[in-house]
Amino acid sequence: MTTWQTVCEVTDLQADAGVCALVDGVQVAIFYLPAEAAVFALGNYDPLADANVLARGIIGDIGGELVVASPLYKQHFSLSTGACLEADGVAVPVYPVRIAGAGVQVCV
Amino acid sequence: MNTKPTLVVIGNGMVGQHFLANLVLSPMKDEYHIVTFCEEPRPAYDRVHLSEFFSGKTAEDLSLVEPGFFEQHGITLHLGDKAVSIDRASKTVMSARGIEIAYDKLVLATGSYPFVPPVPGHDRPQCLVYRTIEDLVAMQAAAQSGKVGVVVGGGLLGLEAAKALTDLGLKTHVVEFAPRLMAVQLDEAGGALLRRKIEDLGVTVHTNKNTSLITDGENCVNKMCFADGTELETDLVLFSAGIRPRDELARLCGLDMGARGGISINNQCQTSDADIYAIGECALWNGMIYGLVAPGYAMARTVIAHLAGKYASFMGADMSTKLKLMGVDVASIGDAHAKSQGALVYSYQNDDSGIYKRLVVSQDKQFLLGAVLVGDASSYGTLLQYCLNGIELPENPETLILPASADAPVALGADALPGSAQICSCFDISKEAICQAVSAGCTTVDQLKAETKAATGCGGCASLVKSVLNAELTQQGYTVNTDLCEHFAYTRQDLFSLVKVGGIKTFADLLAQHGKGKGCEICKPAVASILASCWNDYILKPEHAHLQDTNDAFLANIQKDGTYSVVPRVAGGEITPDKLIALGQVAKKYQLYTKITGGQRVDLFGARLEQLPPIWAELIAAGFETGHAYGKSLRTVKSCVGSVWCRYGVDDSAALAIELENRYKGLRSPHKLKFGVSGCTRECAEAQSKDIGVIATENGWNLYVCGNGGMRPRHADLFATALDKATLIQYIDRLLGFYVRTADRLQRTSVWLEALEGGLGYLKAVVIDDKLGICGQLEEHIQQVVDSYQCEWQTTLQDEDKLKRFRHFVNSDRSDDNVVFVEERGQLRPADANERKHYQIVETV
Ligand code: SRM
Ligand SMILES: Cc1cc2nc3c(=O)[nH]c(=O)nc-3n(C[C@H](O)[C@H](O)[C@H](O)COP(=O)(O)OP(=O)(O)OC[C@H]3O[C@@H](n4cnc5c(N)ncnc54)[C@H](O)[C@@H]3O)c2cc1C
Ligand code: SF4
Ligand code: FES
Repeated sequence: MTTWQTVCEVTDLQADAGVCALVDGVQVAIFYLPAEAAVFALGNYDPLADANVLARGIIGDIGGELVVASPLYKQHFSLSTGACLEADGVAVPVYPVRIAGAGVQVCV
Repeated sequence: MNTKPTLVVIGNGMVGQHFLANLVLSPMKDEYHIVTFCEEPRPAYDRVHLSEFFSGKTAEDLSLVEPGFFEQHGITLHLGDKAVSIDRASKTVMSARGIEIAYDKLVLATGSYPFVPPVPGHDRPQCLVYRTIEDLVAMQAAAQSGKVGVVVGGGLLGLEAAKALTDLGLKTHVVEFAPRLMAVQLDEAGGALLRRKIEDLGVTVHTNKNTSLITDGENCVNKMCFADGTELETDLVLFSAGIRPRDELARLCGLDMGARGGISINNQCQTSDADIYAIGECALWNGMIYGLVAPGYAMARTVIAHLAGKYASFMGADMSTKLKLMGVDVASIGDAHAKSQGALVYSYQNDDSGIYKRLVVSQDKQFLLGAVLVGDASSYGTLLQYCLNGIELPENPETLILPASADAPVALGADALPGSAQICSCFDISKEAICQAVSAGCTTVDQLKAETKAATGCGGCASLVKSVLNAELTQQGYTVNTDLCEHFAYTRQDLFSLVKVGGIKTFADLLAQHGKGKGCEICKPAVASILASCWNDYILKPEHAHLQDTNDAFLANIQKDGTYSVVPRVAGGEITPDKLIALGQVAKKYQLYTKITGGQRVDLFGARLEQLPPIWAELIAAGFETGHAYGKSLRTVKSCVGSVWCRYGVDDSAALAIELENRYKGLRSPHKLKFGVSGCTRECAEAQSKDIGVIATENGWNLYVCGNGGMRPRHADLFATALDKATLIQYIDRLLGFYVRTADRLQRTSVWLEALEGGLGYLKAVVIDDKLGICGQLEEHIQQVVDSYQCEWQTTLQDEDKLKRFRHFVNSDRSDDNVVFVEERGQLRPADANERKHYQIVETV
């Protein structure tokens, strides 16, 4: 069921920011926090703006929760749950993601 | 059965509804069974803002009734039913639909109707009035088939109606019986100036015109014939010749009436029958009918207090008004016509800038009795407070209307007002009430609005409410939370000093030393901007890249579909034919939508992320550099052609504009910066609407500062005159240096100056007289930024690693398939959601 696919190298990631990978036709935004050696993956599609842009948002924390702010209208999406903090019931998909050696792996 | 006494309200207009809304807040709501008749098909709506219906507001937007209001408070509403008779002997009201209700107390809030002069033909097709939503729908329909519209009546409402007609696309005329416009409020000079301003907007004004007949037109639906023999063809005729109280019910049941109509009331708003009250525009108090909403509201509150057995009186109301008529500010306060005994008049008229101001002052020059303002009503709040609260005038009252000079008294501070001062007249809210709300925890204007309703009526008091709030917050020792965000308990100014003094070069260091958490989309770009202002590093260095706002992060402006726009710098708007051709070639090759911007340059839209580097490579090869359209930094220096070509030019404005643009390009600042340079006072570069404006004169350059277009336009202030170029640049350096240091995040220079304690005088003291002894540092700082300028796109293109950021996918060369264009007027534009669906189907087939 869950098959890990290597999508890129760790060196392809942007520190404290996102990149977008195309995985089985799905646009996945991958965020990288080198200080914690942590990666997160969300759908790249911002449902509120109807555009594939979440990987280009600024990441940060709101009350301790890690979030990305959409570059278009600045709503926050939780990096761990995909939920939008400003719009009830709006969420983007969250995908399992990990660093395996030099590679970055995602399941979609 | 119902054992409570019954209270019937006839009319659910603005005042009737205000009465109900306040009644349900008072203990009296439990004392009565409440019934209201509403003749119109919908409950009360905001007539004051009626014309906004034409700018897209719906009937629901204008509603004054919260959803569920009547049900929630157990009020019986008879919608679309008109009360037709009152039987005072049996104390019953009968409605058109045959409903009969016995009342204990009755409130008449039937308002007024537009007066239509009984000219023959007044009831012809497309002869309309302006009072209800239905009237507006009829106007819209008539305007669709017509070309010309005439408003009969040049008063407040008539001019508002004229604006509506022009907005509907009609060639508009105003016909006024009196010799001038707004005869009630304005004196002759004010009326004349207003007329000129309105005519400039394309409306034809006819004064001293008496309509004698309306008949068939030849080219239009109607033709108006005037007593002086002239004629005017028009499709639509809109009567706005005053209002008449709707007093027919009262007349029929024998209540006392005024000789010229209106239901007579006493100070408690009772009619000649003690169980019947009248409020709003149907009521006649002391021989007066008030055609404004605020007095009606005051009457409504009086009745509620009186019902509760409290002592309350309606004691007349102030008729001062401030309006924007067709974009022209007009205000009239108190005794505008100087009818008071011994009154002295001061007036100021400036035909060039279209401003007229008149003060009416008591004989002993102590108090303000009235005022008229046309063209600039910014001092309305201050003057009204002088007038209403009997505040002693400054020694030279004329300083209140003369153009600001450095030593002029600043606007009357909120501190100077007595507690009883009425701040919001629509809802009768005193300074005291606002202060109490602040004590009770309101710290923002929005909270105050929700708590007290202040500033939610006509809105005329909004800026005063805000300054009272701020003054009170300070007074009550509140520390207004000025923290940048949850990660930094500092203001932007604080952070600037911490960075500069501590020599801090990265966000990570600043966060470690002075902040907490990881940062967010507020503090990261703000700190990135401070770092760039201080050290002018390349903003995409690894330690800075992730801080940048989207646009800075990709050195382009993001568009709604996730594509970008590209704006190369065109200093001063001057461009060679070769460069124009190069722009066109790039746009054509990459199929970019091309538009001339409002900033005298060219914007190329619809570039995909991965196309930005090749596009810029070609632009740079053609001699362009980045235009920083994405940055909070210098955007453009707008110029006129100036003395080189223009027959009026006094100096070479284009050359100066180019020099200034090249000097300050790349300076990162709290918000974007725009300059303008004009070659003479005709001001074709609109320099006075810019952060920095320069105008050539025979004696040298005049410098204007802190102007703004955009959301809240502000005229720039004249800062210094007759400067040579070196001094001009020195002043601009200092001023920008000081702004970058002290302004708040995303605060334009206009707002910064307004918030700067001491205002323009202080700014001059700092920049011209070096009051703080920092001018040396400021100049050095700017010079350092100038010396370290780099074209960010050029730097980016030289770095393979940086270019990796400009891919839509890290692992594929494909493009985003959600980006779809369609053709329109010979260019591409983003497809809308529908078009996109269609396109995707076509593609998969
Ligand atoms: C392209 C342009 C409109 C056009 O087609 O002409 C434009 C487009 C945008 N303007 Fe503007 N403004 C443009 C001239 C203006 C002007 C006219 C001028 O500069 O003379 C003004 C009023 C003057 C002024 O700023 O005082 C103007 C006042 C604004 C404002 C309101 C600023 C304010 O203080 O009230 C914003 C919003 C903001 O900055 O917060 C804004 C914001 C924007 C943004 C950046 C909105 C956004 O975030 O997407 C637009 C995107 C630009 C882009 O390239 O994608 N734009 N904008 C003009 C670019 C000029 C240039 O060459 O750089
Ligand atoms: C376009 C426009 C702009 C205005 N701008 C301003 C402004 O800027 N500032 C300002 O202060 N004022 C302004 N006014 C005036 C303001 O709207 C009035 O002062 C206010 O509406 C008066 O309220 P009212 O309740 O007395 O009358 P209305 O709002 O007219 O309400 C009376 C209601 O009673 C109903 N009614 C009448 N007779 C009966 C009956 N027998 N049975 C049942 N229902 C009945 C009517 O249909 C109406 O709905 C403006 C008015 C207009 C038309
Ligand atoms: S501002 Fe003066 S010099 Fe410049 S173009 Fe206009 S008229 Fe000519
Ligand atoms: S004075 Fe009208 S809203 Fe305050």
